[in-house]
Amino acid sequence: MQWIPFFTPGDSQYSNDVDLLFVGLLTASVLMLVLLFGLMLIFIVRFRENSGVKRPHPAEKSWRWEIAWTSATALIFVIMFAWGASLYVRIYRPPDDALTINVVAKQWMWKAEHPGGQMEINALHVPVGRAIRLIMASQDVIHSFFVPAFRLKHDVVPGRFQSLWFTALRPGTFQLFCAEYCGTDHSRMTGSIVVLRPAEYQDWLRDQVGGDTLAAEGASLFRSLGCSGCHAPGSTVHAPRLEGVYGNPVPLSDGTIVPADDRYIRDSILQPRSQIAAGYEPIMPVFAGQISEDELLRLVAYIKSLANAKRGAQ
Amino acid sequence: MNAHAPVNYLTTDYRLSSWFTTTDHKRIAILYFATITLFFFIGGMAATIIRLELATPAGDLVTSDVYNRLFTIHGIVMVWLFLVPSIPTTLGNFLVPLMIGARDLAFPKLNLLSWYLFVAGGACVLYALFVGGLDTGWTFYTPFSSTYSKGNVFVAVLGIFIAGLSSILTGLNFIVTIHRLRAPGLTWFRLPLFIWAIYATAIILVLATPVLAMTLLLMTLEREFGVPIFDPARGGDPLLFQHLFWFYSHPAVYIMILPGMGVVSELIPCFSRKPIFGYKFVAWSAISIAIVGFLVWGHHMFVSGQSVFAGVVFSLMSYLVAVPSAIKVFNWTATLHGGWIKLDSPMLYALGFIGLFTIGGLSGLFLACLAYDVYVTDTYFVVAHFHYIMVGATVTAYFGGLHFWWPKITGRLYPEYWARAAAIVIFFGFNLTFFPQFILGVLGMPRRYHVYPAEFQVWNVLSSGGAFVLAIGYLMPLIYLSWSIFWGKRASANPWAATGLEWQTLSPPPKYNFAVTPTVVREPYCYTPEALPQNG
Repeated sequence: MQWIPFFTPGDSQYSNDVDLLFVGLLTASVLMLVLLFGLMLIFIVRFRENSGVKRPHPAEKSWRWEIAWTSATALIFVIMFAWGASLYVRIYRPPDDALTINVVAKQWMWKAEHPGGQMEINALHVPVGRAIRLIMASQDVIHSFFVPAFRLKHDVVPGRFQSLWFTALRPGTFQLFCAEYCGTDHSRMTGSIVVLRPAEYQDWLRDQVGGDTLAAEGASLFRSLGCSGCHAPGSTVHAPRLEGVYGNPVPLSDGTIVPADDRYIRDSILQPRSQIAAGYEPIMPVFAGQISEDELLRLVAYIKSLANAKRGAQ
Repeated sequence: MNAHAPVNYLTTDYRLSSWFTTTDHKRIAILYFATITLFFFIGGMAATIIRLELATPAGDLVTSDVYNRLFTIHGIVMVWLFLVPSIPTTLGNFLVPLMIGARDLAFPKLNLLSWYLFVAGGACVLYALFVGGLDTGWTFYTPFSSTYSKGNVFVAVLGIFIAGLSSILTGLNFIVTIHRLRAPGLTWFRLPLFIWAIYATAIILVLATPVLAMTLLLMTLEREFGVPIFDPARGGDPLLFQHLFWFYSHPAVYIMILPGMGVVSELIPCFSRKPIFGYKFVAWSAISIAIVGFLVWGHHMFVSGQSVFAGVVFSLMSYLVAVPSAIKVFNWTATLHGGWIKLDSPMLYALGFIGLFTIGGLSGLFLACLAYDVYVTDTYFVVAHFHYIMVGATVTAYFGGLHFWWPKITGRLYPEYWARAAAIVIFFGFNLTFFPQFILGVLGMPRRYHVYPAEFQVWNVLSSGGAFVLAIGYLMPLIYLSWSIFWGKRASANPWAATGLEWQTLSPPPKYNFAVTPTVVREPYCYTPEALPQNG
């Protein structure tokens, strides 16, 4: 669509679909505008006060016109709705095999944390052609992760993990904006998405001065925050073992069963008494307000890494 | 002053105190005119500085904090102190009793109290904005407003709360008046469409405004007294605030646009010299907009993290609420067909309204479309969209109505040449200001940005240039309408040969409106093609 003078093509898996939707909406709108403004112009000229043209009798059964244009409008609107909704459902449904990267937003910077422990500020390096899933958290107010070239945006709301995924189609550097007003330097809370070829991406990962992996850092937090006192194998306290929990259904004391996803793990750390695993006493202390989003993401990464460990292993 | 001129509502008492203790709906309308005009120019000055700043990509005119305060001032003043009260409290206050053949609103003292509350609320807001400052934006999103903002949130919220009380009382007054004080023979389907529009607006004012008051109260409780409600660190949910806020603020858009639609429904038949096409469809579409408008708030939250299912439902409802608006546009256009169209200045404004409202409405279809909204929400596309509706449409209709009823309100005629020129300057200035913002949105420029990447500059320069033209367009009526109060030709009772009851009394009307309560025997808009009488 380079023929539109101010238009820049998109660079993610759905950007062409979004652009096609735009062209569809634009075409329908321009046709409606031309029809309406054309009729208005013709009527104003033809039926101007001084023109001698014969006026038709007022329309009998005007409700036929009403039904005609109401149903035509409703039909066009339903088509627009269905097109946009079906694409929306696809945009926000992540694939299973995505590479997960954590993003923490705070006034006024973006911090990305790769699974290997590499960290970067106001930049995000990703490999081309690979599905990337961002797990996003905010340390303070609401921000919004917006990459115009990918036609993608999602708010980052404090108090919850939010996820967004994309596949970049070509290498290059793309603008990242904060799209939700967040205070003084909102307009400076920008960054770049650097899309690299797979080999370059591996080189980049290696060149970073990384600490431990996120899961390893999570493991040491797990000990320093005292979690291991109850949850570690061999503990005398009656607390759930966490090996093999992530990704599996968890029966709760109220009889419901919930999937142990990122949100469940997060909520169970912050507000452990809201969803109690069946067969356990609500004795865990509340961690809300005690740990930062960075620490939470590491703990979740550690518990995720236990997903494949044998449940109840000693 | 002509000694033989009959005493009218303006000349019954010249003392200043008589104005501040009046219970005459016409005088209260004038009080509102003066107040909201002041607010319009305060909000406009903030907009002027914003557009000057955005002429260059760097933040070189004001600091980021000042910029954030400017768009907060602009938003709060324009929404709550100008647009929401604009047509209902001025033209509505003046015309509702006249159009239904009544001597005043049902509760004249309550009407005066509404104005005092509005002034008190406005004063609080101005105090907060200029003493201490406010940087939350007009949307007050939590947790920024409740925890992080250092601005004078409490006083501003108090002001909006009080102004909201004024809105509720005004709405209540209109509802009771329209139900109880109609002249003999004036059945519901003989009412002017302006009355239908004001009635629908009043219902929203009464039902939605309390939710805004509660929401802001909860936010203030959290901010000032530490009661955890929206703060996620203490188990609250920031999205709850957005749900509550938009439950008011989306219907508030219809509070702003419905009265404009009502004004245009009066102007189009008058200057086409024929009855409006599809009267009942236009009337009922106002009511359906008021009802369905309560069910679309979630379309402000498509990227906020509300469920995908909720997004799909709100998208469908948003398309549904667009249907009655489209019905109105088609009926206005059909009214032109077979008429004897005269392009006087009120008609120019009415036609400008249809054009700008249609562009604004069509761009709304892009935003209701889920997948496209993910891209353009929180960009300049949204800014352009709601300015087309709230400024392009509502303010244009307000000016159209002001010109149409000016002879009735003041008893004077304004210079028609200048009025037509202003209508045209405003139309072009508006499009030059806001159409480039659609393009900025499609290019991906986020809103509320003090500094921006250089590739966006050319469109911002065009927009700022347009704002200059638009400012001139808005100053023109201020000058020639003020001039006409003193030196304009005297208006006859019915200079447009219009059919409404308000034209059957003198210009300006006497204090009691009608010497004898009129009896209505016909449908509205029984226009005939006869030439307009000469003014004099």
